[in-house]
Amino acid sequence: MKKFKRTAAFIAAASLICAPLALAGCADKDDTVVLRVCSWEEYIDLGDWDEEERIDIENPFADNPKDGIFGKNSMVDDFTEWFNDNHDYNIRVEYSTFGTNEDLYNRLSLGDVYDLVCPSDYMIMKLLSENACVEFSDGFWDLDNEENYYANYVSRYIDGENGEGIYNTVFTTPEEIWHGKAACYMWGTTGLVYNPDKVDEEDVSTWQMLLNSKYKRQVTIKDNVRDAYFAALGIVYKDLLTPDNRADYMNKVTPDAISAAEDVLKQIKDNVYSFETDSGKADMVTGKVIANFQWSGDAVYIMDEADDDDTELWYSVPDECANLWFDGWVMLKKGVGTDAKKKEAAEAFVNFLSRPDNAVRNMYYIGYTSAIAGDSECTTVYDYMEWNYGADEEEVDKELIREYDLSYFFGDEISLSVDMSLFGFEGEWEDGQINKGRQLFAQYPPENVIDRSVVMLDFGDKLADLNQMWINVRCLDIRDISPVTIGVTAGVIVLAAAAICLYAFRYRIFNTGKPKKGYKKV
Amino acid sequence: MKKFRFNRSQLCIPYAIFLIFFVIAPLIVIVYYAFTNGQGQFTFNNFTGFFTNPNILGTLLYSFALAIVTTLVCLIIAYPTAYILARSNFKKKYVLLLLFILPMWINFTLRITALKEILSVLEGNISEYPFLNSVIGMTFDFLPFMILPLYTSLLKLDKNLLEAASDLGANRFTVFLRVTLPLSVPGIISGITMVLLPSMTNYVVLDMLYNSTYIMGSLIGSYFSAYDWNNGSMISLILLIIIFIVTLATNRFSDKDANNRGAVL
Repeated sequence: MKKFKRTAAFIAAASLICAPLALAGCADKDDTVVLRVCSWEEYIDLGDWDEEERIDIENPFADNPKDGIFGKNSMVDDFTEWFNDNHDYNIRVEYSTFGTNEDLYNRLSLGDVYDLVCPSDYMIMKLLSENACVEFSDGFWDLDNEENYYANYVSRYIDGENGEGIYNTVFTTPEEIWHGKAACYMWGTTGLVYNPDKVDEEDVSTWQMLLNSKYKRQVTIKDNVRDAYFAALGIVYKDLLTPDNRADYMNKVTPDAISAAEDVLKQIKDNVYSFETDSGKADMVTGKVIANFQWSGDAVYIMDEADDDDTELWYSVPDECANLWFDGWVMLKKGVGTDAKKKEAAEAFVNFLSRPDNAVRNMYYIGYTSAIAGDSECTTVYDYMEWNYGADEEEVDKELIREYDLSYFFGDEISLSVDMSLFGFEGEWEDGQINKGRQLFAQYPPENVIDRSVVMLDFGDKLADLNQMWINVRCLDIRDISPVTIGVTAGVIVLAAAAICLYAFRYRIFNTGKPKKGYKKV
Repeated sequence: MKKFRFNRSQLCIPYAIFLIFFVIAPLIVIVYYAFTNGQGQFTFNNFTGFFTNPNILGTLLYSFALAIVTTLVCLIIAYPTAYILARSNFKKKYVLLLLFILPMWINFTLRITALKEILSVLEGNISEYPFLNSVIGMTFDFLPFMILPLYTSLLKLDKNLLEAASDLGANRFTVFLRVTLPLSVPGIISGITMVLLPSMTNYVVLDMLYNSTYIMGSLIGSYFSAYDWNNGSMISLILLIIIFIVTLATNRFSDKDANNRGAVL
C-alpha cells in the first residue's frame, strides 16, 4: 500500500511538471512553425520610439505614406504579424542574440540549433566551407515578385541577382561565392573616431596613430585579434601597399607577417589606453580617450551621442587601408534542413528586414548601414539619407553646397547635395580627397575609401597561430621577468612559509626537552 | 499505515541531481577535452604544453601575484575593521557593518564602472597604473568576503578568555597576540580562501579597469574563442587542481588551529 501511494504521488508530481510541456507541445502542433533566429546584440529595431523620433519621409509601404517611418512595435513582432496575415499557416519567431562570432560558432558546435543566423563575413566563409548552410531558393531571386525586397532593393554594389557585387567578386571558386547562400544585412568599414580639437588630422589619417607617442595612453583599440591584427598589418606594410597587392598583404598569415604584427602589437599595447570590447564608446563620449579604433556603425552611434553633449567627433579611414566588412543572413542545414515552410519563413524574414522602410528603421535604431539601396522607383533609403544629411538650402550658404557622389552604392549618377564642411572642406574638393568626415562619411563612405578597403578573409587553419600571437601580446612572458625579481619573490615566499611553519609548530620544535619539575607532558 | 515522509537520504536527492548535472558532468567533459586533441585522440600534449609555454607560466605568476597582493590588502583593511566592529559597544555598529555589506547588493559591473570614474578623478589617466587599479578593483569587490568571516569569528570569541588573560597579567598587546589572534585564525583562513581563489580568475575587473595583461580567466577565454577547447580545458583543469591543493593546505591549517590551540591551552 505504501509503495502504491508513493508511486501515485510520483505520478501526480510528474504530471504536474509535464503538463505545461505537454500543453506547449499541443500549441506547436496546430501548424505553428517556429523560426529560430540568432543575431548580434542590439542589431535590430526593438520599437517603442518616442513620437518626436518619427522619420518624416514618404513611406510607400505604409497604409498612409504621409505617416513616415515609425517603430511602434519591435521588428520581430511586426514581421510575425505581417507573415501570419499573408500565409495560410502561422509562425512564431524565437529571437536570440550573440556577442561575438566565436560565441555563435561555439554555440553551434555545442548543439544549439538555429534556422537563420547573422554572422560576419569571415564566419560566413567558415560556415560555407563546412557546408553548413542552405541555399536560398530560386524564388528568392525572382525580381517580378514585389515581395522579394532583398533581390529587388539590395545595392548592386553588394549583391545582385546575377551574382554581381563585391559580395561575390571577392571570392573565386563556386563553393566560396556567397551569392544565393548569404543575404547581406549591414556593412561598413573600420577606422578611427577622433576629437578634432585634440588630435591633428594628419596623425589620424594613418594606423600609425596607434603607435604615436604624442597621444600616449589616450587612444583605444578593439580587444579582438582580427581587428588588432588588421591595424598592425596596416602599420607593418604601410610602404608596400598598392591597389593591386593590398588584398594580399592585408590577408597575409605567413609566419613573417604574424611575428612582425606581434612586435607592432606589443608596442601598441604599451602605447594605447586600453584594449576595449565595448567601453570605447562611452570613454570617447566622456572624453577619457581622444581617439578610438571603431567600426563605422558604432562610430555613427558615438558621434550622435557626443552631439547631444555638444562635443563634435569625427571619423577617419586611414590612408593605408580599411577593413570592409559585411554581416549577412545564412540559413543553417541543421535548423532549416528540408523543411519548406521554415525556409519560406526564413526567406520572408530576410525580405521583411530588406523592405526599405524596415531597413531605415533598423539603420536609425542601430547606426549601421543597411545593404539595401532601393531603385529608381523606391527611394526610401536615399530619402532617409537626404533627410538626415542633405543640405538645407535655407540654412546653409549655397556656396558651400556640393554634390557628394554615391553612385557606386545607389546606382547611376546618384549623389547627395551636402554642406562640404561635413567633410572638413572650406573650398572645393577633388575626387579622392575625402578621407574623413561626420556621420554621413561613416555611414556611406565615398568611393575612394571603398577602393582602398579590403575584405578580411577567414584565417582558416592559421587561426591557432594567430591566437598564439595574441596570447604572446597579451600575456606576461615568464622569460621577460628579470631573474632578480623571480629570485626575490621566491625568497620572500619561502621565508614567509618558513616563518608560518615555525610559528605553527613552535611548541613541537622548542618544547622537546623534559617537562619542568612537577609538570607532566601531555 | 505509515505517514508519507522523507528520510534523510531522500532529502539529498535535489542536491545530488544538481551535483551530477552541474558539477560532475561538466568536470568529466573538461577532463575529456583536456586529454584529447582536436581530432578526439588521447594526448598528453596539452598537459606538457602548459608547463613549457612561457606565456602560460608568466600568466600564472601574474595571477598569483595579483591575487596575493589583493588578499593581503583585503586582510590589512578587513582585520582592524572587523575587530573594531566586533569588540566595540558602539550602539550603531550594525549600521557600520551594513555600510560594508551594502556595496554587495549593488550590481557588480555598476560598482566597477563607478569605481572607474572615481579612480579617473583621483589618478587622471587610469591606464597608467594597471596593476594598482586591478588590486583596488578586486579589493573593492572582495572586501566584504574578508570582513564577514573575520567579524563572525571575532564576535564568537569568548570574552571570559580575554578577561582571564588580563587577570593573569597579560597586557593588551599580549592578549591580542596570544588570545585574540590565534582564535581568529579560522576566520582569517576562510577569508583568504574566499578572496584569493576568485581573484585569480576574475578577469572582468581587469577588462573594465583597462589592464591589458591577461590573467588565467582571460587566457582560458582566449583559447575558447579560437575554438581550441582542448588547451582551454587543460588550463582550467590544472588551475582547478592548484586551487584544490591551496584549499586543502589552508583547511588543514585552520582545523589544526581550531582543535589544538583553539581553546588557548
